[in-house]
Amino acid sequence: MTTPPATADDEVLRPGWGYASVTDKIAGLVLTRPVRWPWLAAFLGTLAGTIVYLGAMTYLFIKGVGIWGINIPVGWGFAIANFVWWVGIGHAGTFISAVLLLLRQKWRTSINRFAEAMTLFAAGMAGLFPILHLGRPWFAYWLAPYPDHMNLWPQWRSPLVWDVFAISTYLLVSALFWYLGMLPDLATLRDRAKTRGKQVTYGLLALGWRGESRHWARHETAYLLLAGLATPLVISVHSVVAMDFAIGNTPGFHSTIFPPYFVAGALFSGFAMVLTIAIPLRRVFDLKDFITEVHLDHAAKVLLATGSLVAYGYLVENFMAFFSGDRFEIAMTVDRWTGAYAPVYWLMMACNVLLPQVLWFRAARRNTVLLFALSIFINIGMWTERFTIVVQSTHHDFMPSAWGLFIPTRWDWIFLFGSISMFAWLFLAFIRLLPTISISEMRELVKEEHDERRPAARRRSPRSAEQGGPSGIA
Amino acid sequence: MPHPHPHHDDDANEHVIRVDRGAGVTRRQALAAMAASMALANTACSPPPKLQAHPYVNLPEARGGGLPLYYATAFVRDGFAMGVLVGTQEGRPIKIEGNAAHPSSLGATDVYAQASVLQLWDPDRSAVVKQRLARNAEARTSPQAAASTWSEFETAWRARAATRAQAPADATLRVLTGPLTSPTERALLAALLAREPDARWHVHAPLRDAAAVEGTQLAFGQVVTPLFHFDQARCVLALAADPFSDGPGAVHHAMDWSSARSSARDAADARPATLFAAEATPGLFGARADRRVALSPARIESLLWRIATQWMPDIDAPPADPALADFESRVVGALREAGGSALVIGGPGLSAEAHALVFQLNARLGAVGRTLTLIAPPDDASDAGTLAALVDDLNAGKVDTLLVLGANPAYDAPASFDMPHALSRAKLLVHAGLHVDETAALADWHLPLSHAYEQWSDALAHDGSASLLQPAISPLYDTRSAAELLALLADDTVRDGHSLVQRQWRTPHRDDFDAFWRRSLRDGVVADSAAPALTLHVHRARSRPSSLPGLVALFVPDAAAHDGAYANNGWLQELPRPFTKMTWDNAALLSPATAKRLGLETGDIAQVQVDARSIEAPVWVLAQQADDVVTLPVGCGRRRAGRVGNGVGFDAYALRPAGATTSAVTLRTTGRTHAFAVTQHEIDQHGRELLRTVAAGSALPKQETHAQLYPSFASPVHAWAMVIDLDACIGCNACTIACQAENNIPVVGKEQVAKGRDMHWIRIDRHDLDEIDNSAFQPVPCMHCEEAPCEVVCPVGATVHDSEGLNLQVYNRCVGTRFCSNNCPYKVRRFNFLQFSDETTETLKAQRNPDVTVRQRGVMEKCTYCVQRIARARQASERDGRPLVDGDVVTACQSACPTRAIRFGDKNDSKSDVVQARASQRHYAMLDELDTKPRTTYLARVKPTA
Repeated sequence: MTTPPATADDEVLRPGWGYASVTDKIAGLVLTRPVRWPWLAAFLGTLAGTIVYLGAMTYLFIKGVGIWGINIPVGWGFAIANFVWWVGIGHAGTFISAVLLLLRQKWRTSINRFAEAMTLFAAGMAGLFPILHLGRPWFAYWLAPYPDHMNLWPQWRSPLVWDVFAISTYLLVSALFWYLGMLPDLATLRDRAKTRGKQVTYGLLALGWRGESRHWARHETAYLLLAGLATPLVISVHSVVAMDFAIGNTPGFHSTIFPPYFVAGALFSGFAMVLTIAIPLRRVFDLKDFITEVHLDHAAKVLLATGSLVAYGYLVENFMAFFSGDRFEIAMTVDRWTGAYAPVYWLMMACNVLLPQVLWFRAARRNTVLLFALSIFINIGMWTERFTIVVQSTHHDFMPSAWGLFIPTRWDWIFLFGSISMFAWLFLAFIRLLPTISISEMRELVKEEHDERRPAARRRSPRSAEQGGPSGIA
Repeated sequence: MPHPHPHHDDDANEHVIRVDRGAGVTRRQALAAMAASMALANTACSPPPKLQAHPYVNLPEARGGGLPLYYATAFVRDGFAMGVLVGTQEGRPIKIEGNAAHPSSLGATDVYAQASVLQLWDPDRSAVVKQRLARNAEARTSPQAAASTWSEFETAWRARAATRAQAPADATLRVLTGPLTSPTERALLAALLAREPDARWHVHAPLRDAAAVEGTQLAFGQVVTPLFHFDQARCVLALAADPFSDGPGAVHHAMDWSSARSSARDAADARPATLFAAEATPGLFGARADRRVALSPARIESLLWRIATQWMPDIDAPPADPALADFESRVVGALREAGGSALVIGGPGLSAEAHALVFQLNARLGAVGRTLTLIAPPDDASDAGTLAALVDDLNAGKVDTLLVLGANPAYDAPASFDMPHALSRAKLLVHAGLHVDETAALADWHLPLSHAYEQWSDALAHDGSASLLQPAISPLYDTRSAAELLALLADDTVRDGHSLVQRQWRTPHRDDFDAFWRRSLRDGVVADSAAPALTLHVHRARSRPSSLPGLVALFVPDAAAHDGAYANNGWLQELPRPFTKMTWDNAALLSPATAKRLGLETGDIAQVQVDARSIEAPVWVLAQQADDVVTLPVGCGRRRAGRVGNGVGFDAYALRPAGATTSAVTLRTTGRTHAFAVTQHEIDQHGRELLRTVAAGSALPKQETHAQLYPSFASPVHAWAMVIDLDACIGCNACTIACQAENNIPVVGKEQVAKGRDMHWIRIDRHDLDEIDNSAFQPVPCMHCEEAPCEVVCPVGATVHDSEGLNLQVYNRCVGTRFCSNNCPYKVRRFNFLQFSDETTETLKAQRNPDVTVRQRGVMEKCTYCVQRIARARQASERDGRPLVDGDVVTACQSACPTRAIRFGDKNDSKSDVVQARASQRHYAMLDELDTKPRTTYLARVKPTA
């Protein structure tokens, strides 16, 4: 009988954690931790916001999209800006789970679960907007290819049709990936649950997981395969969203750099949102040992890298406008700098290019308060980028006689903040209902970390080494 | 008289009565009671229609399939007729077309004629006779009135006649009308006045420029109406005048000018007429002029005197104005060169002496009899009193009964007349009109009049030609025509409009009346009825009158509401005013320099004061406006126009002095601002060459085409195309409103326009161009691109090409992503952001064109090249077994255009008009660098040569 491993400080996991204590800690957040007022207040507050959001949707369906500030020439307003923004946020989760898994980055372990949840909820918020923004949303299904007696199909040259596939595939794969990764943890919750209701619920969700070796073998294979499948989607989904604009001929839309630039921007905003969530999460639920400064530091480095790519995108966009000599592009670019929406553009530049430069300094990367503030600014900055592309480009295109301003109405703001509210509400529910951090992968980390210090034991599976409870499930 | 409701239930009655026999009622008694109650019930019902309407027993083949049926009649505005064809579908008038045979139309229309069909279907039209409940002072101020009937009114009128016959009083009967040209109505009016010896007729024309009328009196010794012949003119000088929009002959002028210009433009030896304009406020003529200056009325008069002195050295010319030396010398040179082919026109704001001098100058140039002819005024009111005289008599208690017929003095009289008080002095005030308007609210009786398209009548054109008005639909409500009302009042033996008009015209055409009647009805104009030209001696000029110093207010009709009569017309209210592009408003126009001096900016609310009266009006600063002139459009600020027109804009009549179009004025800032709803925010085209100009006789550079990734659309049979001649367009908006009527385009209201959601399928862009030193207009409908950017991005294929090259919008398929609009470089697509089409108001539903889908909210729409007209022409050609020929398809915008600037046809037909136009060296495609290959293309505006 060997002693169960306990961790030393290896930066992505603080010292003193063993299999059981990790399980206790994470499962405890769901099963034993009492409801406290900060969470309850946040939950009820965002629930109220969600109800307002649903009410606003009802009103929208009754009245039409004219309740927003959109017009001719600005046919798309907040709805599409919100859509692109949420899709971008939905990028980080899959990137962390799939790409970093394939790249064997240990530090992904403690943040992948909630990042995936974030992805799922963000993609869900994103998926709503293209339907909400339709003039006749009850015919949204016409964008899907289905056989009908009139032999009508979608118009395949339209990037909006590609969008349908890109978003729905992404949502599906993200959900599968998240759920598949959670199966062992659901089984753990089932086994640890004290009440019948929870046992049955988690039991059903666990799909009969018993922790058999065959289960583990297949789970690992499936997880890796899905990671492989999800990886190209990280690139494709936002490339397709970028093509919604790039295919258009409007100056400010029509740009070949958009697909890679949008992917970089998506990761940028996604990681910003990960930080926005992780920093309060680790503080409120005392997860600082699992989500360490190193995690934050790594995420900040990703921010710096993707932020630089985004800055490069801005630079190229501006350069190409003048290099092309196209008078419409030049006029649009000058209008970005000096026109009606110039404050939004410069806010974007400040948030996305200027402020992230502090991340060159290690001290800044390890300062949680600063990082949290920066992540909020980047979230705002990325939203203003979407707004600039969607609104500023169309308000000032080819015909000066048709130029016009988009002025958001209160409904525009309600839909933006309503979606944020609903996202937060879903996330708050997720924290208390499902394991926020992957228990099984954390235990694997404990094992790996233990083995690293004791090379002789490296071959042995951490699950079979477990002594304190049902093997691999506890 | 046959019983209208024959009953066949005698047996049943018998059965019922038998049961009651025990109660002592015999069967016969019961039947008698039954018959009596039936008869009583019938008398209580409304009477049967006055005229019989006969349905088809056998539907003629030609009338099958919902084809439109056109009635030649006339649209009457300010008393003058514009011959139109009222297009009806299933018996409902839905679209007005011009009548090529009519001198005021020449096949085209103005915006008012186009909008008149909406006036017919206006849900706020008065439908019932109304009588005030109490006859006392308090009741006068309260708008409470009770529904009554024509028979009650007739009874009351007869009672009045009886009392008056017994006891003749000092007070008399007065009739107040608007300008009246109808021979029938004038004859009936004369008959009515003849019944009461001291009865009198007064005419109130709120827009009539008294100085212009007096000017003809000064020049010729009698009041005459000048007619302008732009087709004969080689040089036209307009002084404060806008002959392309003012007056009943405006369409005629534009058409004459355009046809002369188009034939001269392409001829080697001829040169188009040069146009000069000196105007106080921008007008359509000024925008078309080769040289234009903006001057206050006083400076225009100085200019006139200086120019006139060249031909009349004995008049006292003011000192030269250095700023105008160039303009003056050009004008003098051009007038001298043109000689008898010159034409000088004076307009509102000038003094009577100036108008007289204009006629003298024309006479000296030799223009009178060539470019300018004189006729007796078709709306001659020399035997009628003025409104001022009526007000005096009212206040003096000399008026027993006042009949107001088709006028609204309570709204549009000068404020100094204090009309509400004056009207209250009449013992009996009877108002007859289309609406329960401001005057009706003060009247003892309000009588609903029939709309011009519901009645038999007649009216004269601007040149005196007579037209017969025939109904295109039987009256929607229990209304009577003015002629029928006058016949009722005069107790005529003939009461129905048809017989009244026939009686009027039977006298001069006794021999072949039936043929005359049919021919005149069919043609829409009485043959050879134009007024004969008068040959008159011109009197010598008088001295120059002193003019108003300082800031001058110029009262002009509003471009939409006109004198206020059209204020309740949503199409007109939402029509962007030609220069400001504002909708649902009027504004005090100021020049930039004057505005700066007064410390005012566009959108500021200013307190405008004339004498002791002041109103608050929003200011609009317009570069084309003359310094020291405040243009105040009248016709807005209606209080009882209806649900559309109430409270739109400010009421400038409240400031207008009696009998003048100008007055001294002061403006003060209030510190508050007003939000306008504007459709075009950017007037500068930023050097983008969207609206191109070309020097006379030279060619535009050739436009290159580029390689395409996608295969081109083929249009093997027909390839529809439109060419818009920017050199002909005067920016009158007739196309926009014709399109609105034809294509069921909804009115969205001021708030939605302000948000950028106006729905017009063809908009008129105005650009100020340095190269012509003037404004130019560019109608922009859908370009129907062969490589349409909208089609590529629609996810559901709701916008597609057809085999004839039309870019179609399939409303049923549209889900409303709006990507097509974002991707349209011309921004001609329009989206139903909300439920814009009125789905509830019954009369508005009846106006809709059944061949055009009424769009639901959430769908995109845009110009279709009037696909329904193309389909109709194709069906007709297939039915007749002949090919479609050029001219078979006429779009609504093309048909309405008073300068024939819009041409439409088949690009595959080498002889078609559009192919000729596309071969012009002025031809270009807008934004051709995008390679959209638009089917709608333009002919560049020719730069001025003078």
